Amino acid sequence: MTGQDKAPGHVVVVGAGQAGVQLVDSLRAGGYRGRLTLLSRESERPYQRPPLSKDFVVGGRDAEPLRLRGESFFEDVGVGARWGVSAVAIDRSGQRVRTSAGDWMTYDALVLATGADSRGLGIPGEHLAGVHRLRTLDDARDASGGLESARQVVVVGAGFIGLEFAAGARARGLDVTVVSPTARPLRRSVTPAVSAYLTERQELDGVRFELSEGVAALSGGDDDAGRVAAVVLTSGRTLPADLVVVGVGVTPASALAAEAGVAIEGDGGIAVDGSLRTSDSAIFAIGDCASFPSLHAGRRMRLESVQNATDHARHAAAVLLGQDPGPYAELPWFWSHQGKVKLQIAGLSRPGVSTVLRGDPASGKFSVFAFDDGELVSVESVNSPADHLAARRLLAAGAALSPDEAADLAFDLKAYSRAAPVPA
Amino acid sequence: MPTITYIQPDGAELTLDASPETSVMRAAVNAGVPGIVGECGGQAMCATCHVYVSPNSLEGLPEINDEEDEMLECTSAPRDPERSRLGCQISCGPRASLVVEVPAGQV
Repeated sequence: MTGQDKAPGHVVVVGAGQAGVQLVDSLRAGGYRGRLTLLSRESERPYQRPPLSKDFVVGGRDAEPLRLRGESFFEDVGVGARWGVSAVAIDRSGQRVRTSAGDWMTYDALVLATGADSRGLGIPGEHLAGVHRLRTLDDARDASGGLESARQVVVVGAGFIGLEFAAGARARGLDVTVVSPTARPLRRSVTPAVSAYLTERQELDGVRFELSEGVAALSGGDDDAGRVAAVVLTSGRTLPADLVVVGVGVTPASALAAEAGVAIEGDGGIAVDGSLRTSDSAIFAIGDCASFPSLHAGRRMRLESVQNATDHARHAAAVLLGQDPGPYAELPWFWSHQGKVKLQIAGLSRPGVSTVLRGDPASGKFSVFAFDDGELVSVESVNSPADHLAARRLLAAGAALSPDEAADLAFDLKAYSRAAPVPA
Repeated sequence: MPTITYIQPDGAELTLDASPETSVMRAAVNAGVPGIVGECGGQAMCATCHVYVSPNSLEGLPEINDEEDEMLECTSAPRDPERSRLGCQISCGPRASLVVEVPAGQV
């Protein structure tokens, strides 16, 4: 049962990405009857970000964004949505937020779903025409539109966004080079076996890699000094480029909280507890901007994913509704889609894990099971959704699985995972 | 324009106009049809756009590929061997209408 009498009278949500939108949806679906305001710094109606570095790249400038909710959703469920209005300051003692429109809004509970901003390179030439980042729909429209006249594309950064964009640009027949200071792509995100497989597949498709290589500068052309024409590498070599995408990670959008004196973690995220509450008990933080205690990692962390955003939102909504859901404990999972390769990750890998393969990478379908001291901690699946979904059930239940069982294709993982106890 | 009809577990029906190539998931999300989530953005990754296709609408749909088949094994509501599909993988195509039932749960 919900404790409606305990629910706050006015909830103000800052940010209309996957987290903020899910929160207002879950609050209303859970029976919240109080006032609900959603501030969105973008005037664009809320949209899904994952396709922006995938289908959208291939689809071109006119590709239709996928909206998070229908046109009339916010009106229908009674959300006072303010498009193109951001929160610029929080007065915590007065429990009010000042907006970019100049007014103050009082709140009983404030939810920061401010997301993250793409990081820059901090090098000369970063602001030349033809240099793009990929965070917002406008960014994606610009980059995708630029591909229509581009021939030589350089992607700076070999994370998910960079690799997805590279695959999409290559599928449009363009010359694509990925530059990364790391020795292998996705170094922070996946195990070496999956990293190697993805790199090889992209190379087979014609994408070139410049690894262990930094970017010193972006330079303009002889005939148009304002438009990028080349990427200067730290080794001194130069790559010709008429379109550059910078995908070197994000920084959490925590300035609003920091300026109000809300505690910030060393990772730059807004510190929250297992209820997703910040150091101010009337303020919550969810999604990319929140640094939360992860039961699965055994430490505090920030995650940038749809799963993390929506599960945080559902959890915070339950807390606001007085449902006492206990500490946040959802299993992290992720996906990436690069050309014909579908990668799905369940759980969180750690340094020093030992891994076993299930299936043969040469077949194009396999999974890597990572164990830490005998305990299964993560599973990365390539074109193997059944392994992924079984892994999600096993990891969420904390069920035991031995490396031998994981590697044995005759061991029925699906049946075993279905028998795993369902977590409370 | 072709139409897609969504039938909710309580019997409520909603019919939407949709271009031939617009997926059952995309049309539903854009119109706010309850019970179709599409959390992964149509990548056949999350199985939160599971629908049961009405028997009269089954003919002529594209075949279920391996990925969709595996995801359908893991849906929240039970899989129907004939009628379960992921909404992101099917659209009206040349037909005039498509009728689907929305399952009771997706996540």
